[in-house]
Amino acid sequence: MIEHARLIAAKDLKIEWSSRVLTAQVIPFGVLVLVLFGFGIPPDRRVLASEGGASRSLLEQASPGLFWLAVLFSLLLALNRSFAVEAADGNLDALRLAGFDPAGVFLGKSGAIVCELLVLELVVGTGAFLLYGPPLHDALQLCAVVVTTTLAMSFAGTLYGALGAGLRLRDTLVPLLVLPVLAPVLLAATRATESALFGPSSEGWAWVGFLGAFALLYLGAGILSFGSLLEES
Amino acid sequence: MTTEISPEPASKTTTMTDAVTSTGSKVTRVLGALSLVSIALLLAFGLLVSPPEIAQGDSVRLFYIHVPSAIVCLYIAFSITLVGSIIYLRNQSTFWDLMAGAAAEVGVVFLGFTLVTGMLWGKPTWGTYWTWDPRLTSTAVSFVLYLGYLAVRRLDMDPVARSKRAAILGIISFANLIIIRYSVAWWRSLHQGQTLDPRDTQLDNTMLFSFVLGVLALTMTFAWLVIHRFRIAWLEHQLEAQQLELAIAERTSQGPTGLAHGGA
Repeated sequence: MIEHARLIAAKDLKIEWSSRVLTAQVIPFGVLVLVLFGFGIPPDRRVLASEGGASRSLLEQASPGLFWLAVLFSLLLALNRSFAVEAADGNLDALRLAGFDPAGVFLGKSGAIVCELLVLELVVGTGAFLLYGPPLHDALQLCAVVVTTTLAMSFAGTLYGALGAGLRLRDTLVPLLVLPVLAPVLLAATRATESALFGPSSEGWAWVGFLGAFALLYLGAGILSFGSLLEES
Repeated sequence: MTTEISPEPASKTTTMTDAVTSTGSKVTRVLGALSLVSIALLLAFGLLVSPPEIAQGDSVRLFYIHVPSAIVCLYIAFSITLVGSIIYLRNQSTFWDLMAGAAAEVGVVFLGFTLVTGMLWGKPTWGTYWTWDPRLTSTAVSFVLYLGYLAVRRLDMDPVARSKRAAILGIISFANLIIIRYSVAWWRSLHQGQTLDPRDTQLDNTMLFSFVLGVLALTMTFAWLVIHRFRIAWLEHQLEAQQLELAIAERTSQGPTGLAHGGA
């Protein structure tokens, strides 16, 4: 299963590397969303921070949520890409015929998405720090949030991406399915990132735990259900 | 291609369409009448007989339909979808597949109704249609969640594959329903206390009766609608199968030359 997962993930990443869609389109899209948020939320509007009394810009205060929204929108593009590659020439059937373990295919596809998202988060996150200028209270917690959120988004996203695989309506269907499911992830990631950036950290770790549990749940659901999903696509 | 349909399957179709003129039966007629009567009674009790509440005044009357419809969709409808989906994945039972879909469809209607009545109640009570109350927020997200489920059920693809995907979705959606409700409640509770909880208020006897009547009336209405919806889905399913048989019979009756002609 792990070997199959490695093969699938390597295949997907190789495709992304040679086609440059991720670097030339998805990542710029994420950064663009960050800039556009600056138009929606006036950058010079200031709010009083809850503790200390120092004022922060509204953008800075909202930066955790805006960053994760940008990642979430980019995830939709990455997911679409990940299954568009398979849709042509009945590739998913071919993988099944080649004797790939469905659980391995799930792990491989979500593994590739994890790698892509981490690269994207590095760039978009740097952009968010530069554009919105939030402080950093707890770097370790921030790393934990990024890793757990990425896993949660990738596992759930891959499962729902496969639900829409091979359908003409995939482009519109997958966002409708994925966004409500990832609403709790967005919420938890935003809260946890807020506490990692602004402190105190204690509340954030509880949300990191939630994100980890969510990721594990979808890891299990994906491994169990991918067989039936691939069978009929 | 103009070919004569062989008489045997053709007569079969006519008998079938003749036989089915409604999805009603004795049971649904009784159930429907009971639902309507209980709704009329509920209106009388909710609007006229029961007293206004001390703090909320007349707006409390919305609760006699709001809370029951929430109970019906969140506890009954989506549980049926969950159970139906599990059974379908185990033994490919068409009955449970269609039942899961019918329950979800009516459940979404009730959920929408819950949202609307909740917002109408919020305006006089909180002064706004929408607050980021945990229940309101999680209900709105759950509504979209099940709209997605219904969208998958309506996809234009192989029926067996569609049912399978819908069943998997039906199971995961129920887990999501729970995750969404708890995470949103947790999110708000970290920042503000729970807003007014209708279950904390003391109910007097007519109020309690109106509430129980509301649960009863809406549960019966739900069952009534689901049975009809299920029967329509069942007929659609049979019609699809029959049309396939008809098409096969049509082709085979033409013999090999007809086949070649039809294919050209």
